[in-house]
Amino acid sequence: MTKRQLLMKRYIFPVALAFGLIVGSASAQAAEEGGLLPAGTNVQDQASLQRGAKLFFNYCVGCHSLKYMRYSRIASDLGLSEQEVMQNLNFTGARFEDPVVSHMPADLATKWFGKAPPDLSLEVSAKTADWVYTYLNTFYLDPHSPVGWNNTTLPNAAMPFPLWELQGMQTAEMKPAKPGEDPAVEKLVLSQPGKLTPAQYQQATRDLTSFLEYASEPVALERHHYGIWVLLFLAFFTLLAAMLKKEYWKDVH
Amino acid sequence: MANVFTNIGDWVTERAPNMMPAYRKHMTEYYAPKNFNLWYYFGSLALLVLVNQIVTGIFLTMNYNPSAAGAFDSVQYIMRDVEWGWLIRYMHSTGASLFFVVVFLHMFRGMMYGSYKKPRELVWLLGMLIFLVLMAEAFMGYVLPWGNMSFWGAKVIVSLFGTIPVIGGQLVEWIMGDFLPADATLNRFFALHVIALPIVLLLLVVLHIAALHEVGSNNPDGVEIKKGPKGNRWDALKPADGIPFHPYYTVKDLVGVGFFLLIAAFIIFFAPTFGGWFLEHDNSIMANNLVTPAEIKPVWYFTPFYAIVRMIPSFAGTAVWGVLAMFGAIAVLFLLPWFDRGKVKSIRHRGTGYKVALGLFVLSFFGLGAVGAGITAEVIPEWFGDVDLTTYENAFGRLMTLIYFGFFAFLWAYTHFGWEKTKPVPERVTTHD
Repeated sequence: MTKRQLLMKRYIFPVALAFGLIVGSASAQAAEEGGLLPAGTNVQDQASLQRGAKLFFNYCVGCHSLKYMRYSRIASDLGLSEQEVMQNLNFTGARFEDPVVSHMPADLATKWFGKAPPDLSLEVSAKTADWVYTYLNTFYLDPHSPVGWNNTTLPNAAMPFPLWELQGMQTAEMKPAKPGEDPAVEKLVLSQPGKLTPAQYQQATRDLTSFLEYASEPVALERHHYGIWVLLFLAFFTLLAAMLKKEYWKDVH
Repeated sequence: MANVFTNIGDWVTERAPNMMPAYRKHMTEYYAPKNFNLWYYFGSLALLVLVNQIVTGIFLTMNYNPSAAGAFDSVQYIMRDVEWGWLIRYMHSTGASLFFVVVFLHMFRGMMYGSYKKPRELVWLLGMLIFLVLMAEAFMGYVLPWGNMSFWGAKVIVSLFGTIPVIGGQLVEWIMGDFLPADATLNRFFALHVIALPIVLLLLVVLHIAALHEVGSNNPDGVEIKKGPKGNRWDALKPADGIPFHPYYTVKDLVGVGFFLLIAAFIIFFAPTFGGWFLEHDNSIMANNLVTPAEIKPVWYFTPFYAIVRMIPSFAGTAVWGVLAMFGAIAVLFLLPWFDRGKVKSIRHRGTGYKVALGLFVLSFFGLGAVGAGITAEVIPEWFGDVDLTTYENAFGRLMTLIYFGFFAFLWAYTHFGWEKTKPVPERVTTHD
């Protein structure tokens, strides 16, 4: 065995293995999260983000705020002009520099729904994109719920389903209940189609999830660009350092 | 130009005659063994991360608001409105995790090559103190963003002190300054995190290096170069197998720095949450004493120790045993130089029993980490189906705890009763790459 192979065997392999185990368990953990649909979002897809923003401001902002997101930031990040944002997305009369705050009064919201609708700025960070996407696809009609809707991802959520006119209405087929337990949902069936086909609706919710993913971490749009240059610089730096080391060490035997 | 520097040098030397000799003692005339390998990068890398934490920490404090009402918002303000604030924060949060990666590897190096053994016990003890302060520093730093996991993590960890009989309850209240983690807690943790503990940490690092430079560095062969032949190219009286730390190891460490920064930058720019391991999902929800996260668990670097708390059952009417075992797990590391009576330092010349034991020790550390991080709770139902999770998890976790502590007991018996069959130690250091 040459010295290099020995080095490889003795050190590099275990270190790589340890690193691989950590990353592996991280991704295994991500895949584990119990029956979530893959969101398939891409925050680099600006058109998708724009469609998602449109959905958010048409269907969500009535109840939900994005209090850490400014209209002006959305405009510059999504390639929209001030005019476009103020005319098409801002329905509350807020200024361009203001954060996106819903007009729903918190005390009334609590009265109507039992709890105030949560701010969605960090929803994807807190729950993951897959969770949000799955949640938006698992609403179903439930006559027992006060708002008429229920959700298999977040059972007994207080939220009605504002996107029903797009998706249509899903109903649940229940598993036969075990004695003493509530019946569980077997699967959801689209009993009344909406304006969009199932594929179109999935794309729409993917766009909406993408937009919320962006809202969770706006810098996700740009950090990759810096990252590439930083890595290139560091690779060059490491190469120079390695050459310098070799030069200095050539007289050490 | 050269003249100007000489003049400045003379000017300083005239007023502080010992400054240049001190520099030479620690840099150009500190003779380190020439056979350091990959494992010897992690000391200088730990220093690099410490500097990173201090510098990025200073910039974070400029915009962070240490109050229960404002802390969470101020972190988002840093992420969104402060110029390059996101980079500073990701450097700090990634740095925190990589600090522990580097320190764990640095400690493992010390174990593998017997760097804690005579005459370096003091170096090891000071290093262990650094590790202890670092854990306190990391814990308090984790509370500052005031996410829901910050809150519940703080509550659980501080509550550990509540298991102490008689004074426990009041002690917990005294630490938090309230009945729950609150404004008072956040304020004092901030003060400790940004001022008190970093000062202690810096002092300990200086002492750690000073103590090291008194006795000289160990090496992968565990050979004392000071006891070997004298005379090298730079000094006729210094060890023949030593080379000046500067420039030889400064340029070599620079290569390590390059590789390390490549990994760090990859995480910072492409995976800053590291799949929820470095920045956890539940911490994107503001602290809420009414909503408990589905699973309260510490950040990954505390999981092995946290698992020990969970695995030790309470008896005689108190749960203090788990807490004692957790602190014991760190205490036995402090005492490592006295558990190990072995005559040779490096794993290269130690008996098979030692190698197997050290391997099992590492395994138990990972195993305990898996228990503490909740990995076993997910894997067990998958592998064994519908079984009683607690029984299986306790069996595994307690076995791992037993191996962890068993390592130290075995090591003592193995070396005390002379069961270890060592290989001959060479006169001089052998390889270098």
